Amino acid sequence: MSLLRFCEWLAATPGSIALHESRYLYLVVLSVHVLTLCLFVGTAAMIDLRLIGMTMQRVRFSEVMERLLPWTAAGFLLMIVSGSLLFYAAPLLRYQNIFFRAKMVVLVLSAVNVWIFRNTVDRRRTEWGSDPVPPRGARWSGGVALVLWAVLIVLGRMIPYQVYWFDCNKQPQPAILNLLAGCITGSR
Amino acid sequence: MSLFNFFQLLQYSSLLSAMRSSPWIFPVIASIHLMGLALIGGAVLLVDLRLLGLGMRNQPLPQIARYAERWFVVSLAILLPTGIVQFMCFAATKYYYMKAFWIKMAALVLALLFTFAVRRRVVMADETRMSPPRNKLVAGVSLALWGTVAVAGRWIGLP
Repeated sequence: MSLLRFCEWLAATPGSIALHESRYLYLVVLSVHVLTLCLFVGTAAMIDLRLIGMTMQRVRFSEVMERLLPWTAAGFLLMIVSGSLLFYAAPLLRYQNIFFRAKMVVLVLSAVNVWIFRNTVDRRRTEWGSDPVPPRGARWSGGVALVLWAVLIVLGRMIPYQVYWFDCNKQPQPAILNLLAGCITGSR
Repeated sequence: MSLFNFFQLLQYSSLLSAMRSSPWIFPVIASIHLMGLALIGGAVLLVDLRLLGLGMRNQPLPQIARYAERWFVVSLAILLPTGIVQFMCFAATKYYYMKAFWIKMAALVLALLFTFAVRRRVVMADETRMSPPRNKLVAGVSLALWGTVAVAGRWIGLP
């Protein structure tokens, strides 16, 4: 089954339709997703700012991680749950949204960035954890993470604005946009 | 000039009319406002969690507060201009009539006053690593006020 077929099937399930057509529940889920930025990106940004040596310079990096990461993780969980529900409410609309697709790519890049950090410079944390300004590798990880958070926020905010500019249902469109959004043109 | 006339003047200025005609400028400014939201969330939580005996609980409160305050001010420098521009885009046709907008403004004034006049004093005077009930109360009030600002702000954007 192709991803498109899967989204079509998911969009036709009673739960998806109920959430899509709900008067309040969808808006509550959306609001939770947006406001969780404070917890998730807020605490993650503090950790990243410590990595680039721009806050809590006199606190060991291990302590910052130990004390803040559980809050970031809780925020991440809330983001994934609320985000999945937002996808579930309109699977096709998300699937054929260029900003949504780009956001998923950037999310994977964020995970790769964390993975690289954890498997390289973070392994030697005992050597630099007390330094006010961590070594170059750690600063890169923190800086890249901060940029990726910002890009994620922009892409997420742009998802509902695609219709003002581009829509699979309004053809003809440039072929590159149809390709990027996964639009079906002609018969299949 | 009434408040409504003033809002009209803002919304229908040529600069703002030009901004509204672009489908991009509003969501991009809203995105930057959200970056500020995330950052101020971190700066507020850093201190309030510490006041509650959570988060960076092994560090002296005034030190954590000084670190957080810098980023709190940076957040405001991002949030206020982007917020004002969003407000100006629809001042007279939307915001003037919205209860959520006025609630957000009232909560924002209270939150700023509380943060700089009350919480700052309590936090800077605290040299202990304890978390007395007074600290918990201050954190609770701070979280409630900023929470109201955030929720009312979200409410403005709802259909």
